[in-house]
Amino acid sequence: MQNAITLRRRRELITAAILLVLLIVLPLPFHDPYTRNLMILTLLYAALAQSWNILGGTCGQISLGHSLYFGVGAYVSTLLFVWHGVPPWFGMLAAAAVAGLLALLVGWPCFRLSGHYYAIATVVVQEIAYLLFLNWDYIGGASGVYVPFHGQSWMNLQFRTAKLPYFYVMLGFFALTWIAAWLIEGSRWGFSWRAVKDDVIAARSLGVRVFPSKMAAAAISGGLTGVGGAIFAQFVGYIDPDSILSGPLSILIALPAVLGGVGTLWGPLLGAVVLIPLRELSSTFLGSSGSGVDLMLYGALIMVVALMRPQGLVSLFQRGRNGSAS
Amino acid sequence: MTFDQIMQVALSGLLMGLIYALVAAGLSLIFGLMDVVNFAHGELMMVAMYAAFTLWQVSGLDPMIMLPLVALLMFGLGMAVYRLLIARALAVRFNKGMVQIFVTFGLAIFIRGAAQMVFGGEFRAVTGTVLADRSWHLGGIFLPLPQLAAGFVCLLAFGALFLIGRTEFGRALEATREDRDAVALIGIDRDRIFSLGWGLGAATLGVAGVMLAGFYYVSPNVGANFALIAYVTVALGGFGSLMGALVAGLLIGEVEAVTAQLLEPSLKQVGMFAIYLAVLMFRPRGLFGKI
Amino acid sequence: MAALLEIRNLSKSFGGVAANVDISFDVAPGEILGLLGPNGAGKTSLFNSISGEVTPDVGEILLEGRRISGLGPVACAMAGIARTFQVVRSFDSMSVRENVMVGAFTRLGSTRAAMAQADETMEFCGLTRRADAPAHMLSPAEKRRLEVARALATGPKILLLDEMLTGLTPTEAQEGVALVRAVQARGITILMVEHVMEVVLPLVSRAIVLNLGRVLTIGTPAEIVKHPEVIRAYLGDRYAAG
Repeated sequence: MQNAITLRRRRELITAAILLVLLIVLPLPFHDPYTRNLMILTLLYAALAQSWNILGGTCGQISLGHSLYFGVGAYVSTLLFVWHGVPPWFGMLAAAAVAGLLALLVGWPCFRLSGHYYAIATVVVQEIAYLLFLNWDYIGGASGVYVPFHGQSWMNLQFRTAKLPYFYVMLGFFALTWIAAWLIEGSRWGFSWRAVKDDVIAARSLGVRVFPSKMAAAAISGGLTGVGGAIFAQFVGYIDPDSILSGPLSILIALPAVLGGVGTLWGPLLGAVVLIPLRELSSTFLGSSGSGVDLMLYGALIMVVALMRPQGLVSLFQRGRNGSAS
Repeated sequence: MTFDQIMQVALSGLLMGLIYALVAAGLSLIFGLMDVVNFAHGELMMVAMYAAFTLWQVSGLDPMIMLPLVALLMFGLGMAVYRLLIARALAVRFNKGMVQIFVTFGLAIFIRGAAQMVFGGEFRAVTGTVLADRSWHLGGIFLPLPQLAAGFVCLLAFGALFLIGRTEFGRALEATREDRDAVALIGIDRDRIFSLGWGLGAATLGVAGVMLAGFYYVSPNVGANFALIAYVTVALGGFGSLMGALVAGLLIGEVEAVTAQLLEPSLKQVGMFAIYLAVLMFRPRGLFGKI
Repeated sequence: MAALLEIRNLSKSFGGVAANVDISFDVAPGEILGLLGPNGAGKTSLFNSISGEVTPDVGEILLEGRRISGLGPVACAMAGIARTFQVVRSFDSMSVRENVMVGAFTRLGSTRAAMAQADETMEFCGLTRRADAPAHMLSPAEKRRLEVARALATGPKILLLDEMLTGLTPTEAQEGVALVRAVQARGITILMVEHVMEVVLPLVSRAIVLNLGRVLTIGTPAEIVKHPEVIRAYLGDRYAAG
């Protein structure tokens, strides 16, 4: 079958394939750990934002507490590794399952809350989790959990000094989130969410029921974010509530999607590519003495993009899906 | 626990609750008026606290004397924020709700950065004022004077807000809140009301911030803590309801104090969050919510 | 022959104002039934009860013998009731094809199947030429077609048309009439609210006239036109015969 939609979808896949190839070779000329680190973080946040976008963008439920799933996923995978020696590849699956389930539990009562109330509820739930983990000494409490180094191995996702393997794992993770987003967008769910966003009365008159698909979106979004947490834990070797269950992290997860274009396929990547290097560089050069200038830059960028280009940076590159200007 | 200890916990919870209530009142006012959740609310209060601190440092005068000045400055700041940012955010046609969330979020981060740049990250404190380090002994209960004064002033501020509600301006606010599209028909300049509403909301933060500076450490992150509590308080009390902000604030203050006593201080917020979620499940509009 | 849709003693008030009072009638399968009456007669309100947007205060609605009143719009759509809206409610961020696909997704799960169904429905409604145009860029007549196409894609048993022919040029109205006939030819029952008597009376087999919330009369177009109370309701006492 060939029509405008299938052609567009095919173009997206081809673009993704080309991008994948480019990304595979990207880190090779850069040998310094700082640059490679930056690339890894950028891909991580792109993937997290892509996962967030499934719920926040396409489905329209703005969650400001997504670090909940990241942190829980990290703890699940890490504790399985530290206590029982479970390789993180399986730990990731466990992380996805637990985080996904958690997302369902949160979504079930919260989805009937309207926009602002929903956003605040997600923040509160995440804060509760943060406080609980902070005081839960059995799993480390405020001291966190160190991931013991068992020697270089792919099975354990641990490498002595090499960053390159982590880059490819992150790339794989991002590819996974991108594919998930692409599949959902072209599916019945994607259509029903867009219909509801445009005109909920007309959508209902056509039999569109949104709650079950929202729950599914939440589970997928939360589960994928949890996987990110698991990978991150192996990458940094240490987790604690302040680094993986915090409010600022929740914002950082959502921000690339908002900057790049909420609900778009490429928005999260574009937003991450702009935001993360900017953030890291300004933090290094401007914020190292705690001067706050990096925050001012960061805050100003958010305000400017939200006001000037609420459709996100992606809109600078396209004229709209059906030939009409965005 | 002795009776004195119980009363100590209860009363200090009440006093803190009054401050939470006032902070929430400003937030509720703005949301009720124009359906915007101000995610920079905490940071604006932080500005007020720093303003009080700076004025004290520079003049040596007790911050409480500065109250009218700070309130006025904050009023102006609130109006400026509305004109420069919020009015533009409301005019956006694409994804309105999200734009409002992130514009005010960006503002919050910006203000926090600015505070860090100007004052540094250290904790500052106002010391040596008339009330500092003194408390009122009531039997076996010790009520620190700064907190007592704060509670008293917040109560007065609430009184003022209720009175304002009865003036013509107050009624215009209420009318705009009820039907913001129709008020133009009866000659109310909606834009002006929004602007003044923001000014009033920020001014209440000015009052709360000045009183808080009397006994609370001032730092760039102080706003974040109060902000979350404010959102919870407003959602609990009901967006748009002044009485709701008062009742919910007192409730939250008490729950926090009791939780700190029963569990441990670092978990004191779990109690109020749990209450918040519970209420939201059964009454999404909040206790007194009209929206 | 058993009725497809049965309305039994339906009454509905909105804030003290009675919109529908004790309405009862049947819709036979495969017929085109007109729903007429002056402004404020309660036609749209009745529509909203049938399509599930509104729950009647009194009475019930049965589709093929099963009670559907009070089940809500989604359940009614799944049961086989489709409708258009008086003021077109298109999904403006989507193309025509995507709009129709939303309708197709009511009964179909896969995107491929929905695309095929949408192609077929667009062809039937004469929208294939505009398949990839953004919905908000359609002409008024095309938008009406889109409403019908989208509703048809759900595979309904009965189609409710809310003033589909109002405000069209004579040519467009004739094309609309042809479309309605074609829909009937497919075996879909039609209940249409209409204002423009000259266009609708030749189209329907029977018509119900509402006035002030109640059923005034039910009959064939020939009978309706000569009914004195109908004339009075529409045109006022001066024009009543006799």
